[in-house]
Amino acid sequence: MSAISTPKQKRLNRSFAGDLFLFLFLAVFAAFMVVPLVYTISNALKPLNELFLFPPTLWVRHPTLNNFIDLFHLMSNSWVPFTRYIFNTVFITLTGTAGHVIIASAAAYPLAKHKFPGARILFAIVVLSLMFSPKVTNIPNYLIMSWLGWINTYAAIIVPAFAYSLGLYLMKQFMEQIPDALLEAAKIDGASEYRIFWQIVMPLVKPAWLTLTILSFQTLWGTWGGNFIYSEQLKTLPYALNQIVAGGIVRAGPGAAVAMFMMIVPVTIFIVSQSSIIQTMASSGMKE
Amino acid sequence: MVRAEIERPGKPQRSARIVRFAPLSRTLREMKKHRQSYVLMAPYMLLFFLFTVLPVCIAIVFSFTYFNLLEFPKWIGWHNYTRMFLEDDVFLIAVKNTFLFAGITGPISYLMCFVFAWLVNELRPKTRALMTLFFYAPSISGNVFFIWQIIFSGDRYGYVNGFLLDLGLINQPIQFLRDEHYVLWIVLLVQLWLSLGVSFLAFIAGLQTVDRSLFEAGAVDGIRNRWQELWFITLPAMRPQLLFGAVMQITSSFAVADVSTQLAGFPSVNYAAHTIVTHLEDYGTIRFEMGYASAIATVLFVVMVGANIIVQKLLKKVGD
Repeated sequence: MSAISTPKQKRLNRSFAGDLFLFLFLAVFAAFMVVPLVYTISNALKPLNELFLFPPTLWVRHPTLNNFIDLFHLMSNSWVPFTRYIFNTVFITLTGTAGHVIIASAAAYPLAKHKFPGARILFAIVVLSLMFSPKVTNIPNYLIMSWLGWINTYAAIIVPAFAYSLGLYLMKQFMEQIPDALLEAAKIDGASEYRIFWQIVMPLVKPAWLTLTILSFQTLWGTWGGNFIYSEQLKTLPYALNQIVAGGIVRAGPGAAVAMFMMIVPVTIFIVSQSSIIQTMASSGMKE
Repeated sequence: MVRAEIERPGKPQRSARIVRFAPLSRTLREMKKHRQSYVLMAPYMLLFFLFTVLPVCIAIVFSFTYFNLLEFPKWIGWHNYTRMFLEDDVFLIAVKNTFLFAGITGPISYLMCFVFAWLVNELRPKTRALMTLFFYAPSISGNVFFIWQIIFSGDRYGYVNGFLLDLGLINQPIQFLRDEHYVLWIVLLVQLWLSLGVSFLAFIAGLQTVDRSLFEAGAVDGIRNRWQELWFITLPAMRPQLLFGAVMQITSSFAVADVSTQLAGFPSVNYAAHTIVTHLEDYGTIRFEMGYASAIATVLFVVMVGANIIVQKLLKKVGD
């Protein structure tokens, strides 16, 4: 083997057989990952007789939108109109995500760019909070919510979402790449920290916005309302989905329709924002 | 007041105090200089302390009490903990299952994240984007794991049963989700399916940022194959992402609960898929034994943070 690698042999020891094996390996697992999602879409489009075909089929033969129509018929007779569940989920997701992006960015900027008393310890606590799941704090949070009088309000879901620690962490790591010279120049021109944050830093970290958006969106979009929401009026789409599915085999069609709707929205957002998200993740590493 | 003490010329024994207080006054001055930074952080930190830090403290304090939401909490010392480990058989099942889940899904999902990121990264950009979508989509597809309920459904319309019946491998449908021999493994499978999340993306990004010139330098230094390249160049170069990914995977592998309650039901057959989190939910939201639930939460907290710290220490040795 030559000591100096030429551009052509960028990789060492690459055999065709090895590549083929790795490609097949990847393809098999990709299929495992994607088949349940294909089922979801395909099921939503199946007419009733195909849903109960034996043996079950992967592909839909005669696609129809009947399941979606059935869904609206089914839910328009229910006590709470189906559109209400959609509204609740969309409202919670949009407000929670927007608030999270702004509030977490505002906190990430000083942590990333300034050295001041308490900065390191605060960030260390945020990193520590990545190490346990929010499930740990579920029960005490119920007590806090009831002290605040927030049980059965949107606020109980939306406001804690503003302070997700993963979002702050990723935003702070990403902001560290902003050149100090840029901020210094603005400071010399007499801009306040608030203006620097809003007019210089925020436009520069657009890729990270999208990352925080998809992460917060995905969590809130799938939220059940936890232990904080009891009123039927405020229940969310995943709850409605579960109610429909619990209706048994008769509801298989409408259930598949809701499941497809639940899935398609976050996946679409990811497709649109993939490259920005990967760009943000490049700076996600933990420093030693 | 502090500043006044420093400026005052003091007796020799006071000078010791002056030295000690000087950093504090500087701290205060620094804080004043950065007050706009504090204002920017205030909303986040307020909410973060209220909904994350305070609840952990409350859980720890309440774990030493008997509290049923109606009466004032009563201090009972370590009783909740002794009850948990000595008298609560279901808790011990939950601990066993949680460690089994975490011990299997943690390492496997971590390896999956890395191996797939590594393979995906070798593809051409368009295929890479598509493959990234395929692998990442399950983790963001929300409650679609309910489709697994249909796949493993206990009647002949379940896909797996239908398939096996059609091939003639079985004569009657298997009650996958009602049989304790299967349910644990099905929950594991679905958990793995859902586990290629943020860490997977972080690894792809990390691999893309490894400096290409390092590979050329490595070839000069006698790196002979892909595996050596991986171990000596790629892994050390992306160690920060590896540490971050480990935190994400460990934390989620100890928190298995939603998949279990959705697929196996609650409680699952003979507690076959019962975990610490479902046990916590049982006492916290059904039986309202808040003191005991807090003790379970505290144990879960210690286990998660402990596992994370140990793994961080181990990972720092990668490529050394």
